[in-house]
Parts: sequence; structure tokens; C-alpha cells
Amino acid sequence: MNRESPATSLEGQFQSAATPMTNDFSIVVATVNGSGSQTANMAIMRALFRMGIPVSGKNLFPSNIQGLPTWFTIRASERGHLARQPRAQVLVAMNPETFLEDVRQVPPGGACFYADTFTEGLDRPDLAYYPMPVQSLLRQIDPPKELRDYVANMVYVGVVAEMLGIELEAVRQALLTHFQGKAQPVESNMRMVEAAAAWARANLVKSDSFRVEPAKGTEGKILVDGNTAAALGAIYGGVSFAAWYPITPASSLAEALQEYLPELRRDPATGKATYAVVQAEDEMAALGMAVGAGWMGARAMTSTSGPGISLMAEFAGLAFFAEVPVVIWDVQRMGPSTGLPTRVSQGDLLFVRYLGHGDTKHVVLLPGSPTECFEFGWRAFDIAERLQTPVFVLSDLDIGMNLWLTDPFVYPDQGMDRGKVLSSQDLDRLGSFARYRDIDGDGIPYRTLPGNGHPLAAWLARGSGHNEEAQYTERPEEWEQNIERLWRKTESARRYVPAPVADRADGAEVGLIYFGSVDLPLQEARQRLAAGGLGTSSLRLRAVPFREEVESFLRDHPRLIVVEMNTDGQLRQLLQVEYPEHAARLRSLRKNDGLPLTAEWIADGVLGLERG
Amino acid sequence: MDVATESKAARPGATNRIGLEKADYRGRSTTLCQGCGHNSISSQIIAAAYELDLPPERVVKFSGIGCSSKSPAYFLNRSHGFNSLHGRMPALATGAMVANRSLLGIGVSGDGDTASIGLGQFIHFLRRNVPMVYIVENNGVYGLTKGQFSATADRGQVIKRQGENPFLPVDICQIGLDMNCGFIARSFAGDPRQVKELLKAALTFRGTALLDIISPCVTFNNRDESTKSYSWGKEHEAPLHDVTLVPRREEILVDYGPGETTVVELHDGTLLMLRKLERDYDPTDRGAAARLLEESRLNQELATGLLYVHPDQPALQEMLGQVEAPLAGLAEHVLRPDRASLERILSGMK
Repeated sequence: MNRESPATSLEGQFQSAATPMTNDFSIVVATVNGSGSQTANMAIMRALFRMGIPVSGKNLFPSNIQGLPTWFTIRASERGHLARQPRAQVLVAMNPETFLEDVRQVPPGGACFYADTFTEGLDRPDLAYYPMPVQSLLRQIDPPKELRDYVANMVYVGVVAEMLGIELEAVRQALLTHFQGKAQPVESNMRMVEAAAAWARANLVKSDSFRVEPAKGTEGKILVDGNTAAALGAIYGGVSFAAWYPITPASSLAEALQEYLPELRRDPATGKATYAVVQAEDEMAALGMAVGAGWMGARAMTSTSGPGISLMAEFAGLAFFAEVPVVIWDVQRMGPSTGLPTRVSQGDLLFVRYLGHGDTKHVVLLPGSPTECFEFGWRAFDIAERLQTPVFVLSDLDIGMNLWLTDPFVYPDQGMDRGKVLSSQDLDRLGSFARYRDIDGDGIPYRTLPGNGHPLAAWLARGSGHNEEAQYTERPEEWEQNIERLWRKTESARRYVPAPVADRADGAEVGLIYFGSVDLPLQEARQRLAAGGLGTSSLRLRAVPFREEVESFLRDHPRLIVVEMNTDGQLRQLLQVEYPEHAARLRSLRKNDGLPLTAEWIADGVLGLERG
Repeated sequence: MDVATESKAARPGATNRIGLEKADYRGRSTTLCQGCGHNSISSQIIAAAYELDLPPERVVKFSGIGCSSKSPAYFLNRSHGFNSLHGRMPALATGAMVANRSLLGIGVSGDGDTASIGLGQFIHFLRRNVPMVYIVENNGVYGLTKGQFSATADRGQVIKRQGENPFLPVDICQIGLDMNCGFIARSFAGDPRQVKELLKAALTFRGTALLDIISPCVTFNNRDESTKSYSWGKEHEAPLHDVTLVPRREEILVDYGPGETTVVELHDGTLLMLRKLERDYDPTDRGAAARLLEESRLNQELATGLLYVHPDQPALQEMLGQVEAPLAGLAEHVLRPDRASLERILSGMK
């Protein structure tokens, strides 16, 4: 490691127009929301995927239904660097309101595709400009009136495809996927794509250096968003009850449940549902219903975002104390308060860890990709039922709502763990039952489910003080005994949560610790730093409470940096409380502006801290 | 007050048709005040379950927080139960009843729990027609926190520390009617026989069965002028009819005079006999129920009995289209779709 000559000036490290940029650039599409551009953006993205080029898409959208500026960024990277880039080299400008600013953001040597009605902002000599005759092509194709807006966006798909080298067949395949094999919408859109591409071929001369070529970087991969992945994970985890309340950016998780459950979970004999999904009146009720179902023995869940978590505090505390298994997805958005509903943050970590008054501590899982959303989707039920406690899964808007290039989901490799549940036969054999007695010394008691017909099975769940028999008590020693057992149980939780993912570089002294969607930019930043001479190790945490692997990582790295997307350095705080002997060495690198982090920012930040 | 409800069948050693003694339906000793209306209602729940031959293990109990909500500990010891959060019994019970539709639910709430902090959840519970008995032990006052007005307190009601209540009360039955609840009854803890018969009818009903039971608080709201007091209830109670539940098996023995008795057939064939008292009242007429509530309010009368019944509305689980078997008991091979289905889904993500 050479600390004397670190990499410098990573921001703005764009190549000049003279260097061909093949399969390595970002596109930003500037539109207004509600204009039907999603299909067009998906078509470009999926077409690149079809051509074998690793790709990611990030939708920077407003909290609004129609008419406000929206930017969709697509990054193509043959090396698989798929974090957001600070600036996109290729601009597709469809929004006159933001055009001047959008053009200003394009780095020198970039390309600008623009609707040919724009008249200003066309004077940067360092850009390649390409007009797009949206209106005249619309007149030529004359799509049905109700499809006009959607088809209009296909103009830029066709022109960009032609100028960048995206194969039209790949676009067609992409649309087929998008429209789930329905030929008719694919054909109406392809007519415009082909006309626009033909127009570009005849009328435009390529004067930029960005192009794509078929590659082999997406073999075996899938493109999916984390909320869909989470819903599928829950379904393959046997979810039988879900209650939810609409909230950005979590709604699409419950909606994916409602999309997939009917085909996957019908009783073959009667056609009836082997699940129930209830849209509750608010998040209090959503978690309340899930807790009722979890107590009854169903695999129960809810999904929400920060403001919903605030409302769920009282039921989270009840479920913790009455020891009811339930799974709660928090697809994080920016807080405090209403905050920025459509922007990302990792600001709920401390809140969910301690959600509830009194001494409450929850298990929190931290997925870092849609693939892990799927895995934690089913695993969370096993952990919740094993520990008889709420399990929070902390995703975020970037993972949840954006399409990620990710590994295919792996079918659960183990049977369900339904935890310590006593049947009527068990009670016959045992001859006695006390709901909250610690038989095994791990703090995890045995439970019976309502409907167990045995006369010894019944117990009254409550959020008030209780003894081993679940009876109300105010006796200090009984209270303390129960709370101590709960504390033992939260310690036992460490054995059941996913281990962190460590990537240790030979001889590296700097250890980077992080969780969740920071994964993509952080791993790219490590490569940049290594290229500049600074080797780093990384530790991606996947759960709280921490497992023992965390401490060994802390011990083995003299210089530690915790990278996260919140203002208070929440992960760092948790680590400092847990490992006070390492607290002073834990430095914080944090940014919380609502956008996913970039590799450039992380690398610069690490270098800044290292220089002191 | 004395709320003994001993009948011939309940003498010591006697058993019901499933071989259980009345003691098998008891709970722990009550910690509520001597004379509390809630204890009387607990006794009638025990009696109703015993007389209906309910296996206690098939019953689940729910409550929120407050004096009333403590009472599930005082009946049906052999039933599972959940003493939940203040005002949140409806949500918790909704999830539980959906997760296991084979069980019989009894929820006990109070006027603070239902009409103050829990009004929103209560309304949505009714709207969803969760099949369960929902009892409001209504005394117009907070007891556990030592005497504050609840949302059903009378306008002008006086409490030692708070003075006079300036607000109009929430009418539990009126809300039930607005939400199209299919079983709405009002009763009085001082009329144990009617409470018991209405409970038996409610336990037989499929859908939400709402019982608003005036249940005097002897400690904080039992002044003669309070509409939630024993003396007021005794003076002003006007039963609409004499309620008798006739189980299916006894049907053929029943003899009733036409015009004198309204007979409602419940889902399982049980007959609900409502023998006419002083006035003509048709509890299947929603408009009549609305008029009755308005008249009772204007005339300061405690009209008790089955105010409205409409047995044929689909319960929540039917509306959700779920299987008959309890969701909570489904086996792993039912819960986890097969490997091929996942491969199929993954192939669409390329």
C-alpha cells in the first residue's frame, strides 16, 4: 500500500471525446413524471441487459403524480460497476423546463439528444447534439390517441438505439419482457422505435464516442427490483397473512404479493387462497393484524416505510414483550417526518433496533441487493418463529424500487423452522406447560397456538407484566426474571441471524464497514482506491445484533471507517455501543442528500479521512 | 350486586352435553371492584358458553386496555386469549380471526377503548364484518385511571375531579348501524338473563355481533342521574322483546304464537325467538332500528334487546376468498410453492 500517492481528483474523471467509450457510460433521461416514459426507459435498460452489458437504472422521481421533472439514469458498465455516477455523459432531454440545467450538467465530450422543439441551450461546443423530431414522427406513425404519450417516448428509444448501437431486436425482446409477452403493445411501440431509428440513420451523423457492443456480462443474471424480490421471498417463505397500508416506497412490495400470490398459492382442489392479504386502515392496524395472525400461528408480515414504522411502535413493543413472531419490512425513505418520500436514506436503523418504550431491542436484517431481499424474505419468518419475536428487514428505496442486475434467487435450501411450538400430543407427554419458562437456557420459551385442543394449552398473551404462566404479576423478582430471560433471548438471536460478508484485502489496514445499498458504490470505490494504491478490506453487515465475525474484523484493522447514508452515523453508533473498546477508532463517512452514494464520493471521502 | 345465574343444569357436579362442568368455563378471580357490571357480564359469558356446550379450547378471547379489558382473565381459563393494546383490539382480532377461521372469537372492550382511543379501528372492524362477538362494557368513564370522561359519557355527566361533561356521547349502536353491522344489541348488566340470551345469540351468529352493554362503574359513575348507573338502568330499561335462543336440536319442541314472536334463523339453523313485549318492533328493519335509537335518545329510555339483525352478510374470510382450513395450520408443502414455479418466474426477469 502506498499512502504517499493516493488516487486524486476522482470527481470529473471523464475521458475526452476522442477516446471511444464502449460499454462504459451513463445515460440520463430527463422527462416529466406521468408522461409514460417508464416503458421507454425500461426498454433501453432491458435491451442493454439483453445484449449482455451489465446495467443499472435509478429513477430519481418527485413525490407527485404528473407534471414534475423526473430523471432516469441508466448506467452501462462492462466491468459491472453499477452504482450511480455523479454525472451522466449522455443526456436524453424531453423536458423543456429543465433543459438548460440538464445540458449544463453534461460533462465535456458528452452527447445530448433533445426534442427538436427546444431552441435554447444548444450552444455548447464540447457536446454532440442530436435533435429528435418527436412531433413529426408521431404524425407519421399516428398511434391511437390513448397511446400517443407512451409511443412518443419511443422516439428517443429508437434514436438513441441507432446512435449508440443498441440492437433493435434487443429492444423488441426488452418490450416483450416488459409487456409480459403481449404482442400488441410490443408492436405499436416497435413501429415507432423502428421509424425513429430509420430517421436517425438517414439524418444524423455520429459525433460522440459512446457506443455499446454485445458482451457477456449478464449471463445467468436477472433484472429485478428489491420489493418484488422481497415479496417473492416471503411467498417462498410461506407467508400466509400480510397486512399493509399504502406508502412510498414500500407499496410495490405488498402489490407484488398481490400480483404473485394468486398464481402461486391457490388450493388446487377449491381454487381458494391459502393466504390472506388485507389493506389496513393505517400502519398501526397493519402491524396489529399481523401480530394477531402471528400469535395465531400464521406466517405474518407487513411492509412499510419510516412514517409507518413510527405508527407501528406500540405493536412492535407488544410483539416483542408478548413474544409474537412477525416480519416487518421497512423500505427506507428519507426522514425525519414526511421527509423526502421518493428519495433514499438509511436513517431508520437505530429507530427500528430500539422501536418501543422500555427496554426493547429488535432483530434487524439488512439486505444488500434484491437477491438478498428474496433470501431474507423467507429467512425472516424462520428467524421470527425461532425467536418468537418481531424481525425487521431494512431495505431502502434504491434497492426496493430500482431494477438491479442481480443473481437469480435461490430456492430455500432448508425446510421451514417453525420454532418451539408444542402440540396437543406434546402436552400429553409433558403434563404441564408454562408459556414463558426458559426450559432450554437460551431465553426462548415454548408456545402453544390457539386451537390446540389440549386443556393445558391455553395462556393469555398480554403486554402487561407477566410471570412464567403468563399471568399478570407486579412482583419485582418475577418482573426481573422475565426481563432477564428476554435479554438472554436477544443474545441468543446472534446465532440465528445472517453472518456479515467480509472481503479482506491482503495486508489492508483500512477496514470499511457498511450495510445495504451502499454495497455497489462502496465496492467500486474500493477498486478505485486500490488502483490508486490504497488497499482496503470491507465488511458488509447483514444483521443486528452483530455476530462474532464483526469483532474480529474490527480487531484486525487498525483504521476503521463506517460508511452510511444517514446524518447521525447510526451504524457507527450501534458499533460503538456494542464494542466500546474499538469506539474511538470508528470513523464516520456519511452522506444523506437523498441520492444513492457514488463510488467517486466514497473514494474521495476515504482518502480525505486517511489524509486526516 | 348479586349476579348469580345458577340454573338447574349448572348445579355442582352437573355437566353440559360435552361433559364439562360450569367450573370448566371459569376464569381467575376477578380483581375488579365489588359490584362492577363487568363481573356480571363475565358470569353471563361463562353461563352462555356452558349452556351452548362450547368447547372452551375452540374459543379465543380478545381485549384492549382498561377495566373491561382485564376481564378475559376472569372467564374461560381454558381458552387462549390476547389482552392487547388500548384501542387496538379490533386490528389484532382481525388478523387472528383471519389466520384461524375455525375458532370462535369473543372480544371485550370498554367505552374508552372502543369509542375514544379505538374508534377508528372499531369502525373498520365493523366494516370488514370480522366474525366475532364484540362486547362493549359501557360505563361512560375511565376506571383504571381513576375517573375521567370517556366518549360515551352523557352530556352533563358529573365527575368529581373533572366537573361537568360538555360533549355529546358517541352511540356505539348508532355506529354499528352506520357500518351495517349484522347483529347489534344493547343490554344492561343489571338484566343478566337478557345479557346471557343475547350472548348466546351473538356466539351463534356468523359475522360481527356487537353488544353494547351498559355496565355501571360503581366507583366513578353510579350517580342516580347518570344513564350508565344501576338505578337509572333499572328505572329506564325498556326491553324490546323477550330473547330466547333455541338450538337447532330443540327446534321441534318450540311453540310460539304467530304475531307475538319474531323468529330469526341463524346460519347454523339455530332459531332466535324474540317474543313481543309492549311494542311492535322488527329487528330486521334497519330503518326501524335507526328510528328506535333516535327515540331512545330523545325519550331518555334504555331500549334493550336485539336492535338489528341481518344474518346473511359475507364474513371477512369469505370476502378474502380464503380456504376453509385455518391459514395458521397449513403445512409446509402448501405454504411453499415448488421449485419449478420459481424457475418460471426467474425466466421472466431476463
